[in-house]
Amino acid sequence: MKKGIELKINGDNYEVLISPNNTLLEVLRDKLGLMGTKQGCDLGACGACTVLINGEAYLSCIMLAMDAVGKEIMTIEGIEEDGLLHPLQTAFVEKGGLQCGFCTPGMILTAKTILDEEEHPTEDTIKKKMSGNLCRCTGYKKIVEAVMSVSEQTGEGA
Amino acid sequence: MENELNVVGQRLPMHDAAAKAKGTAQFTDDLTFPGMLHGRILRSPLAHAKILRIDTSKAEKLPGVKGVVTGQDIPDRLYGIVPKARDEYALARDKVRYIGDDVAAVCAIAPEIAEEAIELIKVDYEELPAVFDPFESKKDGAPVIHEGIKNNTSFAIKKEFGDVKKAFAESDAIFEDTFFSQAVNHAPLEPHAAIAQYDPLKGEVTIWSSTQIPFFLRRNLSNTLQIPESRVRVIKPKVGGGFGQKIDMFAKDFCAAWFAMHLGKPVKFIYDREEVFISTRQRHPMYITVKTGMKKDGTILAQKFQSYADGGAYNSTAPTMMALSCFFLMIPYKVPNLFYEGYHVYTNKPVGGAMRGHGIPQARFAVERQLDLMAGRLGLDPAEIRLKNSIHAGEPHSAGFVINTCGFSESVKKAADAIGWKEKRGKLPFGRGVGLAGASFPSGVSNMSHISSGAVVQVGQDGAVNVLSGAADIGQGAETVISQIVAEELGVLLEDIRITAADTGITPLDPGTFGSGVTVRAGNAARLAALEAKEKLFEFVAEKLEANPEDLIAKNREIFVKGSPGTVMTIKDAIKGYQYADLPMPIVGRGSWMAPTDEPTTLFEQDGNFAPNYSFMTQAAEIEVDLVTGQVKLLRMVTAHDCGRPINPMLVEGQLEGSVVGGMGQALYEDVIVEKGQVMNPSFLDYGFPTFLEMPQIETIGVETDDPIGPFGAKEAGEGTQLSPAPAIVNAIYDAIGVDFMELPVTPEKILKAMEEKGK
Repeated sequence: MKKGIELKINGDNYEVLISPNNTLLEVLRDKLGLMGTKQGCDLGACGACTVLINGEAYLSCIMLAMDAVGKEIMTIEGIEEDGLLHPLQTAFVEKGGLQCGFCTPGMILTAKTILDEEEHPTEDTIKKKMSGNLCRCTGYKKIVEAVMSVSEQTGEGA
Repeated sequence: MENELNVVGQRLPMHDAAAKAKGTAQFTDDLTFPGMLHGRILRSPLAHAKILRIDTSKAEKLPGVKGVVTGQDIPDRLYGIVPKARDEYALARDKVRYIGDDVAAVCAIAPEIAEEAIELIKVDYEELPAVFDPFESKKDGAPVIHEGIKNNTSFAIKKEFGDVKKAFAESDAIFEDTFFSQAVNHAPLEPHAAIAQYDPLKGEVTIWSSTQIPFFLRRNLSNTLQIPESRVRVIKPKVGGGFGQKIDMFAKDFCAAWFAMHLGKPVKFIYDREEVFISTRQRHPMYITVKTGMKKDGTILAQKFQSYADGGAYNSTAPTMMALSCFFLMIPYKVPNLFYEGYHVYTNKPVGGAMRGHGIPQARFAVERQLDLMAGRLGLDPAEIRLKNSIHAGEPHSAGFVINTCGFSESVKKAADAIGWKEKRGKLPFGRGVGLAGASFPSGVSNMSHISSGAVVQVGQDGAVNVLSGAADIGQGAETVISQIVAEELGVLLEDIRITAADTGITPLDPGTFGSGVTVRAGNAARLAALEAKEKLFEFVAEKLEANPEDLIAKNREIFVKGSPGTVMTIKDAIKGYQYADLPMPIVGRGSWMAPTDEPTTLFEQDGNFAPNYSFMTQAAEIEVDLVTGQVKLLRMVTAHDCGRPINPMLVEGQLEGSVVGGMGQALYEDVIVEKGQVMNPSFLDYGFPTFLEMPQIETIGVETDDPIGPFGAKEAGEGTQLSPAPAIVNAIYDAIGVDFMELPVTPEKILKAMEEKGK
């Protein structure tokens, strides 16, 4: 039984016909073509599919699309402001916080929730809160540095 | 100023970093095509069985199913990455050899339908006795895994260098120890994927694949599909990590192409995470016995090795892996007399293949651990024993490697200083310790067939530079490094370069990403192409500036005359002038490069200089053992690395840091657990590679050498660094609690057991 639902993604409303068992990840990628959200494991273990729901990080591969109805969904495609890279995106680029880039959208969205919650998190807080996002390339060091560098900019002459 | 480098040596972001951060970088699974079908592989539930009959009729009748293929339908062509070791069918023809072996494939209008359809395929098997241990497998009378392969030993290598018997007789101390390295999964974040499309008018199949080896994949597809290479086009989109696991053709590549050709529609295959764990490749488990003869002062006189690799069901890279594990025992230490025998033994288990280090991490674990054991027995300092045996530039190598540059001893000193060796080794409180280990790695391979790279550099009318390279960037930044090399040679900036890489229909030949050869091989090819383009432009500019072409220097978008920096023409003006002088545009330069060699060096038959150059490194670890839980925490890892002159220090650091954390996983956490052929932990949760929480403090120290063969003095970076974190950590565990672990990984369970035994 297909069902029509409306999802609010990155500020836009999308009407989409889904099966009740479709995950949010399936709907984002296969039905709406929002390919920035990645599927690394499909079991909620790697964080590559992270999206923000009402500002909080969720794993879209283990969340039903139905459960996202009526909520504000943000994917990596919606993080830019006024057509400019988000400071976290810039920091990941400039600090070498990415290599293959497959985990990067999920990393950046999770990092955003940390900085939204507190302006100047400690390195330990960053590590703890990002520990659900796996990366096999970087060894994590430059990701932590990238997030820290954005935190350090905040409040400086802003 | 004339010799200063502007682009090479700079910490520049990858040229595609912003696309990756925006989520717009396209990986294979991000591509879709109108009318695209979805495939799925049926895998063997048995470790060893004859296929008696496959009934696909029910699957074929399921609405939405467009095609089913089994091993009986496809050409009878074995494939394999190493030509002499071909032993695999794209789909099993008459027999399955491990749980997860590819049996049949289905293609349907939706992934769910394909999934449902494979459940409807009925396979009648006759189960055969299986064998899971290489020592059982090599016995007479063991189940035969591949017909005609005696004792299931598909590859054996026996080599002697020097006079081993005599050297042992002259040794003051001889020790023999046995070590074991476990199975490790590469676990790239991007699962393996392929999409194929067929053009019936041209008879050409195009495949987008998450591959490290587009040109080898083209050849394997051509061979197995039985169509000419020129009718197979392989395009490599962004690849989400490989680490060696994507150096092979897989069933998904073949089946996508097969269905596309037979159905005339685009077909996509995506492996799920469990398939990546079970049905692709893993680092070979290896049992190594080392006997070493030393003088009292720690000088190594002779070594004798016996290695058994648990190969799993197929060969993949087996011969190369075994040869590497042998030859790299004689570097970074001088081993004047070496006897090596190594065996690759089939078992009914997941397949071993190339993984970061490729046969050498297992050997290094044995050697570096034993060096510490012997240092202890002879009352010598482990750092000193490494310095004493270090090879140096220009010194002879027992198998004929040519060491032009070598920063090994400097790397030992720097790593030891940085970790605080003198103050800490043997002096930290119980439960805390430091350890170190060394290594060396080739920058690619010399003069084996097909190991050469080409490049084309075109300078356009607006000054933009277009580079065509066959190099396969799998996330390490190869495209950026090659672009930096071209920009430096042409005197432009990185942002002036556009690179198209790894499309066998467009770009020149390149063997792909393996053996850490890309920077040196593809980088040199691109540099030669840039040089040829520059020479054409210089001929024209020299006339205008009334100078000799050989006195011109291009830098920072300007061309000036050596010795008279006032005589300048911008590159834009030079191109404009060139164009208006009615000289042919675009300016095109071509380059091809293979490592200079006098003779073939396959290592199987001939010895010789294996690589154009060699990197050297030392890792030094400081660890803490939780005496209650048995957990080992890697506090700090220093990695001192001679990668020649780094083209991009930020990318080099990224390579080293990633390699260190991967090596830490191998030392402490990771293990593909197999029981009766069944992988018990095929998920990220159960496998457990390091997360942010385990991340140590990492300090990277550059030991710069200026290599004469690498482009701008560069050597490999990153792969070699995964060779020695594990022994460095396990050596530090000895320093912390006085227990010598001989097997990886060192889990809390093993620590607690050892502590208990020690307490008795």
